[in-house]
Amino acid sequence: MTEDDLQAWVDDALPAGRRGEIDDYLAAHPEEAERVRAYQAQKQALKAMFAPVLDEPVPQRLQTLAKPPVAVDPQKRPILARWSLQRIAAGLLIAMVSGVAGWLGHAQYQSADRVAQMMPLPRQAAVAHVVFSPDVRRPVEVSADQEDQLVAWLSKRLGTPVRPPKLAALGYELIGGRLLPGNSGPVAQFMYHDASGQRLTLYVTTENTTNRDTGFRFAQEGPVNVFYWIDGKFGYALSAGIDKGELARVATAVYDQLEHK
Amino acid sequence: MDNAALLAEIPRLRRYARAMLGNRAAADDLVQDTLERAWARHALWRAGSDLRAWLFSIMHNLRVDQLRRPGVPIHSIDEDDLEVPTRATQNDRLEVRDLEFALRQLPDEQREVLLLVALEDLAYAEVADALGIPVGTVMSRLARGRERLRLLMEDRPSGANLRVVR
Repeated sequence: MTEDDLQAWVDDALPAGRRGEIDDYLAAHPEEAERVRAYQAQKQALKAMFAPVLDEPVPQRLQTLAKPPVAVDPQKRPILARWSLQRIAAGLLIAMVSGVAGWLGHAQYQSADRVAQMMPLPRQAAVAHVVFSPDVRRPVEVSADQEDQLVAWLSKRLGTPVRPPKLAALGYELIGGRLLPGNSGPVAQFMYHDASGQRLTLYVTTENTTNRDTGFRFAQEGPVNVFYWIDGKFGYALSAGIDKGELARVATAVYDQLEHK
Repeated sequence: MDNAALLAEIPRLRRYARAMLGNRAAADDLVQDTLERAWARHALWRAGSDLRAWLFSIMHNLRVDQLRRPGVPIHSIDEDDLEVPTRATQNDRLEVRDLEFALRQLPDEQREVLLLVALEDLAYAEVADALGIPVGTVMSRLARGRERLRLLMEDRPSGANLRVVR
């Protein structure tokens, strides 16, 4: 009597005639009998547990996929029907973000030993900008209508008071903000938009340890223009896909407000 | 490969994927990937051979690929995930949860064999074929999986059927 025989007994997979032999064996070995009956019960329980899935309506996206894709049957099926719009949109977004991120990252990954290097401030800010600013539904974690909570939360997490500058006079309104991981700890991102929907992000880090203030610096990271400066332990970077002159105007306003806080 | 035949297999693929992954959205994503790959490779399917076993082998290979890929599993959260339809009846709910929980404790390779045999009633040779392993391996995984599941179910103290929070 082998274990395989007993398993086959559970699954009723024994050759004709053999089953009787096993029955006799089990009659003489009650412990074994109890064990294989437990397996039988287990099998039935598993079937019962997942049986309801068989009765669930098959989601449309899966039904659609039961039909041949375009390449197999070009006449019948427009590509949009097979690939739901959501999937296409998601794909495009991923392509866009990875395209930009790849472009931004290519210099960083030229040699393996540089991978571990910390990302410089303007690049961090630009990546955060391209990741979050295209998001229509959830561009921020806490929106501007809860500005007090946003300020309290980010200040607490960064361990120092941070406050979004007011840029309404320049035509930019606060959308809200979020917390992000920086090189070694939390950083904050505030997002603004103008009447046309153009988005602008201010990235605030408290990770600066070199204690060397800088004036305005400009960096172009792919399609994103970035003005950044370091002030004490703070690093600021203002990113947007707008032209350098306009961005400089906003950056000056931000700088002035932060200086006179 | 026939549309109607493929459509008819979807409920079974979904059931197996759900039992394997324990998560509706992830399971349906796996089924979707399986169907896409099936069409991409339909030329490789030998007419007359068992479509079901072939689909399960595609699903298995996709899963192996996924598990090999490093990184954090990510799945989207949509409204579907919020309803949790396990079973209509309430009184055997704890029992069902216990079994489901115990099933999650099995190593992937044992759960896979166990479910193909228990849910799909595949013959051992078909399981071996779908998973690309010898029949002997199927048998030993089946025996170990069943025994482990039995012990897990017996171990729970009676009366304390609460599911362990993962």
